[in-house]
Amino acid sequence: MLQRVLPLLLFIALAGLLYAGVRLSATRDPNVLPSPLIDRPAPEFNLPTLHAPEQSISRADLLGKPYLLNVWASWCAACRLEHPVIERISAEGKIQVIGFNYKDETADATRWLQQFGDPYAKILVDRDGRSGIEWGVYGAPETFLVDATGVVRFKHVGPLSPDVYREQILPRIGVTP
Amino acid sequence: MRLAGLLMLFWLYAGQALAIDPLPFADAAQEQRFRDLTAELRCVMCQNQSLADSGAGIAVDLRREIFELMSSGRSDDEIKTFLTERYGDFVLYNPPIKPSTLLLWFAPFAILLAGAIFIVVLLRRRGARFAQTGNAPVNDSREDW
Repeated sequence: MLQRVLPLLLFIALAGLLYAGVRLSATRDPNVLPSPLIDRPAPEFNLPTLHAPEQSISRADLLGKPYLLNVWASWCAACRLEHPVIERISAEGKIQVIGFNYKDETADATRWLQQFGDPYAKILVDRDGRSGIEWGVYGAPETFLVDATGVVRFKHVGPLSPDVYREQILPRIGVTP
Repeated sequence: MRLAGLLMLFWLYAGQALAIDPLPFADAAQEQRFRDLTAELRCVMCQNQSLADSGAGIAVDLRREIFELMSSGRSDDEIKTFLTERYGDFVLYNPPIKPSTLLLWFAPFAILLAGAIFIVVLLRRRGARFAQTGNAPVNDSREDW
């Protein structure tokens, strides 16, 4: 009896395993790398600002208040898609949004902001992508949530959506949507 | 037409050449070490390519970073640690053995062992039947599989 059903059981077990694999890749985007920075202090940086290149902002300057660090560039098409969401988050004022202009030309970045609007409280400039490597950035847009003590709490890869903002970001800064 | 084809060919190869950014290696040994190291690191943008093969912007940046770390005297392990601290174990084609990767490393061997045990049990049973009857086991439909 067992010998008869054993192949069937093995087949069902194998099919179940494969199904679980398919389900796993449906719920999780395999192109999104989990960041090892989560719950660890944000990397040190000291970067010039876009609007006043002679001024620079360091990690220590941003301590005391939680912030979103939004990695964007004028060459990034998905950033344009994301832009209205960033504007709304900024207008709501529940958290300050810091721009991180990644591997961009100052003239292009400024023109982009003039065209679409500037939602950022401050904009850091990482011209050569070196600081981006410290953050584990591998594309744009990416968004980091850093808490008041300078610890990275959350990272989102790709355009930020209102859902991610409401369900992932706001609860982490203790604000009920 | 032939000229267009030739130009097309040049254009294709030009793309290839651009993917390999020239780095000022100190000697052939350093270049070989660089090639070996980047071949076992995974490009974070295009995960089916190694860092050595990828032409993605971030891969170029990371190669430059690795080259500079190498030139400043860091060991391969230190460079790997540098990358995993920022991009996670994903950058390694050989993930480290730790509790969360035990299944990944040892499940294939466990399945192989289970299969071997299964076959040994099956053969013993057949052998026992053979000894009882003194005949080769009858090949009835039940044992076809």
